[in-house]
Amino acid sequence: MTDIIYFDHAATTPLSKEVLNEMMPYLTENYGNASSVYSIGRKAREAVESARAKVAAAIGSKDKEIYFTAGGSESDNAIIKGVARSRRDKGNHIITTNIEHPAVLETCRQLEKDGFEVTYLPVDSNGIISLDDLKAAIRPTTILITVMFANNEVGSIQPIAEIGAIAKENKILFHTDAVQAVGNLRIDVKAMNIDLLSMSAHKFYGPKGVGAMYIRTGVVIDKLITGGHQERSRRAGTENVAGIVGMGKAIELAYEKLDENTAKISALKAHYLEQVEKRVPHIRINSQMENCLAGTANVSFKYIEGESLLFMLDMKGICASSGSACTSGSLDPSHVLLAIGVPVEIAHGSLRISIGKNNTKEQIDYLVDALCEVVEKLRKMSPLYEDFLNGKISF
Amino acid sequence: MYTEKVIDHFTNPRNVGEIEDANAVGQVGNPACGDIMKMYLKIEDNIVVDAKFKTFGCCAAIATSSVATVLIKGMTVEQALQLKNKQVVEELGGLPPQKLHCSVLAEEAIRKAIADYYIRGGMAEAEANELCGVVETACDSCSANVNA
Repeated sequence: MTDIIYFDHAATTPLSKEVLNEMMPYLTENYGNASSVYSIGRKAREAVESARAKVAAAIGSKDKEIYFTAGGSESDNAIIKGVARSRRDKGNHIITTNIEHPAVLETCRQLEKDGFEVTYLPVDSNGIISLDDLKAAIRPTTILITVMFANNEVGSIQPIAEIGAIAKENKILFHTDAVQAVGNLRIDVKAMNIDLLSMSAHKFYGPKGVGAMYIRTGVVIDKLITGGHQERSRRAGTENVAGIVGMGKAIELAYEKLDENTAKISALKAHYLEQVEKRVPHIRINSQMENCLAGTANVSFKYIEGESLLFMLDMKGICASSGSACTSGSLDPSHVLLAIGVPVEIAHGSLRISIGKNNTKEQIDYLVDALCEVVEKLRKMSPLYEDFLNGKISF
Repeated sequence: MYTEKVIDHFTNPRNVGEIEDANAVGQVGNPACGDIMKMYLKIEDNIVVDAKFKTFGCCAAIATSSVATVLIKGMTVEQALQLKNKQVVEELGGLPPQKLHCSVLAEEAIRKAIADYYIRGGMAEAEANELCGVVETACDSCSANVNA
């Protein structure tokens, strides 16, 4: 079996050993319910509250503004639906973007069926919205602006502080899906005027199945999960103690070494883009170095299809992602690539790598070697490439 | 998600390339959909003596093209026209439901190539297309959408 070379950190990250060690006692001897009064229950409660403080410190919020959930999708759903339901009498308009994660997009579409109106702001070729578009979209009935912090497919980072200022000025709640940003970017919810934020632990070397919402003090929204009074009655369900402990440790580690890791990852991405551009012809680079996540690099390889590219890389032990229709589970290629203006034919042949703190320059070189070989092999069997060589197509 | 046979035909596709003196060529699909299959056949004395393909598409598209060329080599033109996508799928030991349209493309590419053979032989285009069951499907009614 070939060793795994993992370039898919935007999909998920490996659980860090230190994080697992912190979690272990809560998967074994300290199995108490955090709501129970006896010793192992109290230990669980202390651990949950300690993790809450770590999460709050990482984004500049108060401890009591953090509510644990089962992940990013739940946080997005709970916040967007919660705001919509609680503010319906104030208005029915929501502003978002057309490059959001499906957890936000599909939630907005569902709300549209319930009578809400949603504006999907377009983005420029770098995947960033225009603040003028945002201002122009605001109506007296606008109750929520939800704009992702950083994009999962191309890595673009939105002007979050500026959006927060506009939202505040217009007295509209501002939510950001920060699933890709937390652990990778400095976030200060107060300075950025963020009212609501979603995050997920497994994107920063924490466990899967645990996430959090930040809900600013004073903001009251309807509950998604009703039941017991856990999480100060805002999210029912017995706390995933081990997961929450892992999340706390993981976020602490991520921010302790943020600058060091970002510098390293960013250098690897620059090296990848430089090498792939030099060695593989007929490509389109869809991720920038500026205003973009340090590790996310999306490149389209013309005249070939992304799923076959992924499988061939997989045979060489390389894990990555694609925005092709065949991997998205639909017939259309990535809505994000189309939104930044990648022609549909080219979007099918895209490859997203997302570099993590444990990747090396040697691994990038191995990837580029593999790409040279695999892309050539697939092009040799592609009738589109033949048409290109014969001058029959112009993309 | 894929059978070993699919992976085998994807990693070691049989009959990739062009036939210089092909007398039957058919291409189906389009780049916007992410699938294009081009079949080259050499037909002599009503027998498919050679078959090659070029495909732009996913693993399933490449594997179905590969298997289809293997299946039709040695068939009479009439037999090749009768090749159904089901046989291609069976030969591969199955395909995920969302990939069945790839096998339909392989069947359509062969029928289109044979229509081309008849047209080269002097048959009117409309007649050849009807005989071979060639239908130009609009994007929104293509087999991929039907099967999805």
